Amino acid sequence: MAQIRKDKDRETPALATSSLPDIIFMFLFFFMAVTTMKEVTFKVRVSPPMATEVTKLENKSLTRYIYVGKPMDQYKKSFGSETRIQLGDAFADVNELEEFIVSERSAMNENDQNLMTVSIKADKDTKMGVINDIKQSLRRAYALKIVYSANKRTAH
Amino acid sequence: MGKKKRKAGEINSSSMADIAFLLLIFFLVTTSMSSSTGLSRILPPPLPKDQVVPPVDINKRNLFVVKVNSQNQLMVQGELMDIRGLREKAKEFIKNEANQDNLPVRTLVDIPLIGLMEITKDHVISLQNDVDTQYQAYIDVQNELVAAYNELRNELSQEKFGKKYNELDEEQQKAVKTAYPQKISEAEPKNYGGVK
Repeated sequence: MAQIRKDKDRETPALATSSLPDIIFMFLFFFMAVTTMKEVTFKVRVSPPMATEVTKLENKSLTRYIYVGKPMDQYKKSFGSETRIQLGDAFADVNELEEFIVSERSAMNENDQNLMTVSIKADKDTKMGVINDIKQSLRRAYALKIVYSANKRTAH
Repeated sequence: MGKKKRKAGEINSSSMADIAFLLLIFFLVTTSMSSSTGLSRILPPPLPKDQVVPPVDINKRNLFVVKVNSQNQLMVQGELMDIRGLREKAKEFIKNEANQDNLPVRTLVDIPLIGLMEITKDHVISLQNDVDTQYQAYIDVQNELVAAYNELRNELSQEKFGKKYNELDEEQQKAVKTAYPQKISEAEPKNYGGVK
């Protein structure tokens, strides 16, 4: 008869950690694949509006972003709490926008220049007055392909 | 020499996990998960400064006016409306199924792959907003209008090709697009209602 006996002095083997690096690497590659590098550090707070009919942005390298929103808390002191525009890494005024677009476009490959898309990432509480000003200067700069950045909302 | 059979010392890999962890955390911090999505639009080209704007001759029945005021209320074709009714109203306008007199003119067009079809190719949806309109309200309206077009396109694709619009090949999509061209015009801002 088989005997079930308990070995009290037997040691539990140490947890094998040799596969741990592989697991972590798998995690790492997963994150590298599904995420994208942050374009800039946000200086304005943007919570995009919701929409159901959104499409994915096709060509990220040809897209330039305009952020519109209220300054983050740490910038409120110097920039106020009114809606501001952020171009690249800095606050900007509406009349700098045209110049920004033109210089960004001239930095591009010639074939890609007319494919440039401007994505307006605006906070959902922004007043349309600001957006209209942006749209008008984009028209003047001949950046006519625009995207209103919005997050996907599942249909109700 | 008896050295040939000596084993190479193993590389200590116990710190590999830590290195991988560091990399992982670095990527977690510097990247963002959100993928960019949005509503695509084409803006009209700028008007020359010294030129007088020629009065646009649009037949009144071809025009669908949506106004959003500073309280985010909608006025569609002269009447107050809830955002939920906009999609149906826009579809009705774009399609003009019953060939009504107050809805856009239908013209017979020969579209490749689809054939002869009466479409309202001259219709224009005009979206006007106030300076104080909230961005979300504006996007909601844009969204409903795009949804109206998408639904119409899907219906036509289903009818003609038995597939959804997204599943069609490029030429079929082009044909459906010709049948329902997206014509949303964004006018210059004005002040509607609401005392400031």
